[in-house]
Amino acid sequence: MAEKYDLQDREVWDGNFAASQALRQAQVDVVAAYPITPSTPIVENYGSYVANGYIDGEFVMVESEHAAMSGCIGASAAGGRVSTATSSQGFALMAEVLYQASGMRLPIVLNVVNRALASPLNVRGDHADMYLGRDSGWIQVGAFNAQEAYDLALCAFKIGENHDVRLPVMVHQDGFITSHTAQNVYPLTDEIAYNFIGDFKAVDDMLDFSRPVTYGAQTEEDWHFEHKAKQHKALMDSRPIIDEVFSEFEKLTGRKYNRVESYNMEDADVAIVALGTTVETARVAAEQLRKDEGIKAGVVAIRCFRPFPFDEVRNALENTKCVAVTDRSSPGGAMGAFYNEVSAALYTTANRPLVTNFIYGLGGRDFSIEEAKRIFTEQQAHADAGHITTDIQQFSGLRGPHLGFFQTKRG
Amino acid sequence: MQDLNLLAQDNRGQSQLENGSGLVGWDVVTRGSILTSFEGDATEIVNQKSEERMYSNYNSYTASVASWRVEKPVFNIDVCIDCQNCWVWCPDTSILSRDKQMLGIDYDHCKGCAVCAEVCPTNPKSLIMFSEQTALDEALASWPEKKKKEEK
Repeated sequence: MAEKYDLQDREVWDGNFAASQALRQAQVDVVAAYPITPSTPIVENYGSYVANGYIDGEFVMVESEHAAMSGCIGASAAGGRVSTATSSQGFALMAEVLYQASGMRLPIVLNVVNRALASPLNVRGDHADMYLGRDSGWIQVGAFNAQEAYDLALCAFKIGENHDVRLPVMVHQDGFITSHTAQNVYPLTDEIAYNFIGDFKAVDDMLDFSRPVTYGAQTEEDWHFEHKAKQHKALMDSRPIIDEVFSEFEKLTGRKYNRVESYNMEDADVAIVALGTTVETARVAAEQLRKDEGIKAGVVAIRCFRPFPFDEVRNALENTKCVAVTDRSSPGGAMGAFYNEVSAALYTTANRPLVTNFIYGLGGRDFSIEEAKRIFTEQQAHADAGHITTDIQQFSGLRGPHLGFFQTKRG
Repeated sequence: MQDLNLLAQDNRGQSQLENGSGLVGWDVVTRGSILTSFEGDATEIVNQKSEERMYSNYNSYTASVASWRVEKPVFNIDVCIDCQNCWVWCPDTSILSRDKQMLGIDYDHCKGCAVCAEVCPTNPKSLIMFSEQTALDEALASWPEKKKKEEK
């Protein structure tokens, strides 16, 4: 049995420490990891908890992130509760194996501390790695601060391991801004946290010798499509279960999570749609604009990036006049991926708000309250004119001449 | 000549991998394409002979890859010394052997790689590759004589 760990009602933790404490309280059986900045402390702390007797588990050092996820898959298929952490280049190297984990329906929890992808090399936070995982068949939830990194990691085990879900889950937090900023965090006691998640209940585990199973079968054109369709259906069907887990978590803690979070949206004319720490910046900007300039500004944040909350995005935004969707990832010759997804949802509404796209914050470039206010004000100008008056896609916070693409054909 | 039904169960080698029949929809395929190897409780299979085991339809035991083969190994029991070299080397566990007595080839799973014939140490060899369409009795009738040592 594991040693008792001293916890206060209120701790000062950064996002990494918060995530590692969730791993300890979940009593994760196996972490196979290849540490990378800025997520290193998550697996480093897990290793120290194992070494000091706080977890009855196994820390497996491997030779790469590809091997880390492969090790996690082996341990999960064997029938254990499994987790790891990574960022950026490590996530990219893991990409091939991410698809294996979801295809085999293994409920691994991956803590992703978001960081830019090289080249040029950069250790700071943007969402390039998170976007790289968006078709991988994992559930992806996003934390905006350290408390949420802790809360969502606990929820992730409960969601993924639900027998009606059985899918791997990524918990994202922004590199450095969340992962290395110490904040007040209110943890659950070990007992309450563990009981919330519950014991790991194995399915199709390879250590069940009474029922040997084959993992990783080959399927060609006669079977592959059906398996992928079933996997997609499982992701879509996880939506009500995610809601249930969030609702149970609220009963326990009073902290309520939604797949789409809305702030000041009841009467909003203009909105910023964002992911990660940008949400808190935009919320402050919206409050100030409402108070100082009477602009009805609101913020919509995507808590659950996958499965994409198509309905909830429509519900949150369909009555706005103009929406700015912010992408913190280099779009690589297209509109931002997040912009495309939100736009697709809004295109199917009766109102069809104007939607613009901002590429911002790449490689950890700061996104200020002033810039958020400028974006809101610009959306208000579009709303007043009845059409988009600028380029549809613009770069925000970029040095040099204005960079933007495409003009509207409406109005 | 070997009995072609050696150690066979009714379902050994019955399904063809390229078989188009029995295809089901996305709602019926197994979760995570995870496949069970046996029907029922398999705790005791380590103590069971292969023909006694309840192989599931997902098990490769029930599938045949015979059509992949161009040449097949033919086994000559009169020359064999039961050294088990072929059994050790066969990459497809297609050498049928019981109590260290060589019995023959599992032609449902042999792909014709010829490793067994290569490693056979007898003179003449007890396993020789013949074209797939050569009948077993014809192959045995044409078995080579023992080779004499070459003079130095």
